[in-house]
Amino acid sequence: MSKFKIAHKAPSIDMTPMVDLFFLLLTFFMLTTSFRPQEAAQVDTPNSISGLLAPEKNVFTIYISKDNKAFFNIDNGQDSTSHVRAALLKNMGDYFRVPFTADEIIKFEKLASFGMPMKDVKGWINAEGSARDRMQTGIPMDSLDNQLAMWVHFARLNNPAAEVTIKGDAKSEYKTVKKVFDMVQDKNIDKFNLTTIMDKVEVKPLK
Amino acid sequence: MAEIIENEGGGHKKGKRRAKKHPAHIDMTPMVDLACLLLTFFMLTTAFSKPKVMEIVLPSKKKTEKPPEVDDSRVVNIILAENDQIFVYNGMADPTKGVLPTLVKSNYSKDGVRKILLERNKDLFEKIYYYNDSLTRGLGKYKANQPKDSIDRQVRRLRTGDKTGPIVLIKAADGVTYGNLVDIMDEMAIASIARYAVIDLNYVEKKMLSDAFAGKNVENQQ
Repeated sequence: MSKFKIAHKAPSIDMTPMVDLFFLLLTFFMLTTSFRPQEAAQVDTPNSISGLLAPEKNVFTIYISKDNKAFFNIDNGQDSTSHVRAALLKNMGDYFRVPFTADEIIKFEKLASFGMPMKDVKGWINAEGSARDRMQTGIPMDSLDNQLAMWVHFARLNNPAAEVTIKGDAKSEYKTVKKVFDMVQDKNIDKFNLTTIMDKVEVKPLK
Repeated sequence: MAEIIENEGGGHKKGKRRAKKHPAHIDMTPMVDLACLLLTFFMLTTAFSKPKVMEIVLPSKKKTEKPPEVDDSRVVNIILAENDQIFVYNGMADPTKGVLPTLVKSNYSKDGVRKILLERNKDLFEKIYYYNDSLTRGLGKYKANQPKDSIDRQVRRLRTGDKTGPIVLIKAADGVTYGNLVDIMDEMAIASIARYAVIDLNYVEKKMLSDAFAGKNVENQQ
């Protein structure tokens, strides 16, 4: 029999440093994360060697999905005092005779990319959850009913400083992208930013 | 950890039982669990790489300027066709001047069109390559710590001063994907081509292309 009684206590580990570290990391990740809103369509962009950063402000983006549908997005302008999206929706509503309520305009300001005919925009703003995603059917852009051109036109009017970004799927047809290029060039913009994934290539001179 | 310090109230009333003075212990496990969970969530959702873009300036549609005079011998035409095919020919296709040029069939691989472009653009490519190389290695009169815009300016000067390199005309036929266009523009950037433009296919080239599909007047790249 042993003389000493062993204390039947669970060995306790001091977790304080670990918890400290967790909180530090948590704070770091929380502060550095910027949430990107869900995009209207899944777009797999092509690769390029370009390392230019995409503009974040004063830019409107035209998405071209794999099945050659167009989607549109625009930011609110330089800062929160310029309500570009609100003004844009008001203009579009007037032009296509689709009246929007003040509530709908405020809601639209907080939303992101979209793509549907003008008559469905109201429904999209008021829809919830997966019903909203299902309404993303693409903006008409044929010559008879070129609504995408009107979005670009009013986007230019409301934010003349805005640049154009084209985010096209590598599998989308060049014909469609060319149509978009032509349409934007008609609005006097010749410079485009094409969203790509950076892919370094090393090339040496030929021997 | 958390502890509440009680005020000892002097030794009066000896008979009363006093609570044992253990530090009040708070169970932190749920909090740590939650912190762990959130940490994992943020770590997995964070995307560190910011989106990148490639800049492209298309020729203006306003017909105010005269198109620049182009020396035929410098022109390289690249015709993009369906199923990732590329056809290349030099100079101008003018049916009034006898035979049409032969199309050279190429592809997007690193021994494909890139090789043709690097051969044609050897002078300028080497100038830019050795300039960048001497910068990174700190050779010669170039200092590695030059500001980026002065490096860019120097490269631009090399490009605009180029008088012998090719002028590449990119033409897309039917069935070409957007990825093809970005790929070929990327090849321009890789080969440091100073002058290139994306334009439409003309009538003669359409005929040359349909001949090439039929196996006439076409050869494979060496």
